[in-house]
Amino acid sequence: MFHVKHAGFDVVVIGGGHAGTEAAAASARMGARTALLTLKTTDLGVMSCNPAIGGLGKGHLVREIDAMDGIMGVVADQAGIQYRLLNRRKGPAVQGPRAQADRALYRAAMQAQIAGTENLTVIAGEVVDLIQDGSRITGAVLADGSEIAAQAVILTSGTFLRGIIHIGDEKRAGGRMGDAPAIRLAERIDAFGLPLGRLKTGTPPRLDGKTIDWDSLESQPGDDDPVMFSFLSKAPVARQVACGITHTTEATHDIIRDNLDRSAMYGGHIEGVGPRYCPSIEDKIVRFADKTSHQIFLEPEGLTDDTVYPNGISTSLPVAVQNDYVRTIPGLENAVILQPGYAIEYDYVDPRALDRRLALRAVEGLYLAGQINGTTGYEEAAAQGLVAGLNAAAAVQGREPVHFDRTDSYIGVMIDDLTTRGVSEPYRMFTSRAEFRLSLRADNADQRLTPKAVDLGIVSQTRSAVFEDKMDRLDAGRSAMQDKTYTPTEVRALGLALNQDGARRSAYQLLSYPDIGFDDLRPLDPAIDAIDGETATQLSREALYANYLDRQARDVAALRKDEAVGIPADFDYAALSGLSNELSAKLDRARPETLGQAARVEGMTPAALALILSRLRQTARASA
Amino acid sequence: MDTIFALATAVGKAGVAVLRVSGDQADAACLALAGDLPAPRYAALRRLTDADGQVLDEALVLRFEAGQSFTGEPVVEFQVHGSMAVIRSILDRLGTIDGLRHAEAGEFTRRALTNGRLDLTQVEALGDLIEAETQAQHRLAMDGFVGGLRDLADQWRDRLLQAVGLLEASIDFADEEVPVDVTPDVRAAMADIMTGLKDQLTGLNAAERVRTGFEVAIVGPPNAGKSTLLNHLAGREAAITSEFAGTTRDVIEVRMDIGGMAVTLLDTAGLRESDDPIEQIGVGLARARAEAADLRVHLVPEGQDTILPVLDGDIVKTAKADNGGGVSGKTGVGVSALIAEINATLSEKVSGAGLATRERHRIALSQAMHHLEQAESLLDQGPVGDDLTSEELRFAIRRLESLVGRVDVEDVLGYIFARFCVGK
Repeated sequence: MFHVKHAGFDVVVIGGGHAGTEAAAASARMGARTALLTLKTTDLGVMSCNPAIGGLGKGHLVREIDAMDGIMGVVADQAGIQYRLLNRRKGPAVQGPRAQADRALYRAAMQAQIAGTENLTVIAGEVVDLIQDGSRITGAVLADGSEIAAQAVILTSGTFLRGIIHIGDEKRAGGRMGDAPAIRLAERIDAFGLPLGRLKTGTPPRLDGKTIDWDSLESQPGDDDPVMFSFLSKAPVARQVACGITHTTEATHDIIRDNLDRSAMYGGHIEGVGPRYCPSIEDKIVRFADKTSHQIFLEPEGLTDDTVYPNGISTSLPVAVQNDYVRTIPGLENAVILQPGYAIEYDYVDPRALDRRLALRAVEGLYLAGQINGTTGYEEAAAQGLVAGLNAAAAVQGREPVHFDRTDSYIGVMIDDLTTRGVSEPYRMFTSRAEFRLSLRADNADQRLTPKAVDLGIVSQTRSAVFEDKMDRLDAGRSAMQDKTYTPTEVRALGLALNQDGARRSAYQLLSYPDIGFDDLRPLDPAIDAIDGETATQLSREALYANYLDRQARDVAALRKDEAVGIPADFDYAALSGLSNELSAKLDRARPETLGQAARVEGMTPAALALILSRLRQTARASA
Repeated sequence: MDTIFALATAVGKAGVAVLRVSGDQADAACLALAGDLPAPRYAALRRLTDADGQVLDEALVLRFEAGQSFTGEPVVEFQVHGSMAVIRSILDRLGTIDGLRHAEAGEFTRRALTNGRLDLTQVEALGDLIEAETQAQHRLAMDGFVGGLRDLADQWRDRLLQAVGLLEASIDFADEEVPVDVTPDVRAAMADIMTGLKDQLTGLNAAERVRTGFEVAIVGPPNAGKSTLLNHLAGREAAITSEFAGTTRDVIEVRMDIGGMAVTLLDTAGLRESDDPIEQIGVGLARARAEAADLRVHLVPEGQDTILPVLDGDIVKTAKADNGGGVSGKTGVGVSALIAEINATLSEKVSGAGLATRERHRIALSQAMHHLEQAESLLDQGPVGDDLTSEELRFAIRRLESLVGRVDVEDVLGYIFARFCVGK
């Protein structure tokens, strides 16, 4: 066979999905010579599940990626065709930007973004194996036998590891519809002896929008004032459309119930564990038997594409049954299925085998990101891609690792959850996973993370200019609000209700009162009146949570103290007498890097923590 | 961790004494002394020998495996004859075994706590149980030891977790099919728990009294017969459990058991006007002590007023009177009736005693209460306050858990997923 030897790269990324593209872009931004290996270059930016980006927790992740000058937010804003800020009526900490995306526009924008990235080469080809030198990975092998040398490899193979697609009792090997699974690669991974698990996920049938009776359905338009993903975007680029809303009926449920034994999920063909929060329609009907109807969102896949994604009825029933039950749904009486729904099960690597950089502990130079780590969702995948890309590049360049933690970002929450607790179902981000969510808001992702990105030297001039301008305005506004204090009498003169307790308060403190809005305070001082609307909104958000943030700051400090105590990678838990075998095994699997991480390992007790700490101190004393 | 050993029964001559060994080397100690390892949790008769094979005693040996013992560690108990010499020689023998050392005070219990065999409230109750002198104290301690307070806190925590789960579902699944308005359920849960918290906080005083003992002050002017009455009570009708001089020269304390309750009787001997500045200080202290007591018995000579204000629940008796309504320490007339009255008054207080018994519990419970009150007013603001309400509920949960354990986001998500069809 003819062997092509490509010029060596610093970092090679395998897979061009959401994790792979973000990883490659991050590595390239770091200045590492990066190659992105994908089956077909046209695969970059493909959305294989629903045509939407963002949501609660997920929107936060996209904002954080953007704050690190990543690409997902920018690309999504090129493709957004319906923007909705979820939880608009709730507090800003739990509001999440979300948008329907035009698949074709998303793909085009992603491909343009990748093509325009310096230091980044895209290579089309099937990766069949990794090059291994002792315990170190030094590159990848393509199906044509060519070898691509690299100092670090990021594997983002999604559901391709031993993926099996189920439609009813039909099954075939495949990652997603139309793609071949990566069996040889799976065998290489096997040889590493990593802990593997099996998960499943499903999709609904895709419908032909021309055959849907839209006029009879309720429609859900986007927001009047769309909230964008990227801190650099001002307004949507693409034409905006509405989604349709319909629901299942008793007739739908009867058909599904009658055919449960023919479903891959219920017929016993699938052994993987599915997510609790994204159940198949079969699941919903069995688990919530008393509900006579379930909501379905009809999401258009694009402006120039008639395909419609009926969000809410993912299934693994046979095609004929899918046809029957779809037609019992109002508005879908004559709907034609373009592609049947299917379930897919696949292998994932227990993410406790990874460190905080998403590098495998057992195999040098190999990083994993995305669904292979047991997560679900584009945003979760991209955020991991960012972490792996930054760290693979940093390692090659001999720079310090780039860590995210629970106190600074949702990214940190996710990395910590994955690497210390592992997964028992496909992992999805929620705002409730972030204990410091009042301070980890979508609106301040840039304030939290862009300085870190600036320090790494990965921020474009445009973004740093935008960011510095925002921070200057915020700082000026904050001091205008905090410099002077006012008596209750002065405040009441503005017509605002306040106790006559004689205490002087700053305008910033007044802003934290639920009944006082920013505009109420403008008459206090010309300097306050001069604050622009965007800055005023941001200061109002900060003031709203100010009291709670002080309280959280104490928890943050306590956590940081524990995070500052490092545990060596070779720490011998088995040698700690007094630690139960079970806990010792769990710690050994999770290999926490800090005492803070150890505290979050499932089943951890204060006593066991004390044991670890005292051993660490003994060791420190012995070596001092 | 070291293997520890100690005498588990009281020091002194007795029929039987129990020596306890806990830790990884417990089996090794058993092997060394008894020659073999009896089946776990079966009593076995063995000769205990020293290193030279000299028999130290014949003993019942009980082995407990890790996870099945009081401390959670491997434990061996030797039930030996309660002779000082036997105990001494076995303790000496245990001390010579590698990796064994004598336990520090409370170390077995601490290990039970750190190994999750007991929670904090149980440890506290265990201490109370060992200290219990009266029936009421015994009952209270037993309630705590079997986990009464823990069960209550767990129950509240579960309810609050459900409430947080509801709120979180409405936050994290805003786009999906969760109930539109979860606040009625959240409010109901909070109201129930606040009622329960209030009950425990109210009952905490009584419970603390049961634990530490009630104080009953006998007050009246000099020569009203207080000391005589006290002597009579102490000497005849009730068991004296201890007697010592008061904190000032003007207060005599006598500890007694009345109706199963620990009661300290105070004889505030010097309650009178005085010109002597030193005596005035003493009188002031005695007066304060009497006013702070749980109950006052006022002895009033015929035709006079009480020397201190009569508070709700106080008992007023005519001094040195042999007729009805009076009491005399000298003749004993009316003393039984007085004891019955004291008993009835204190029993009523005890009936309100809750499971929370100490300051630590009071702090945790009242902080939880505070956070629930905050949460209630945040809920009034509508959905915009949901994130802060949830935060306050979490604070409340953490306070409750400071009594026993810790909260976890997975628990919250667990509740969400068990209840709702989320995901579209």
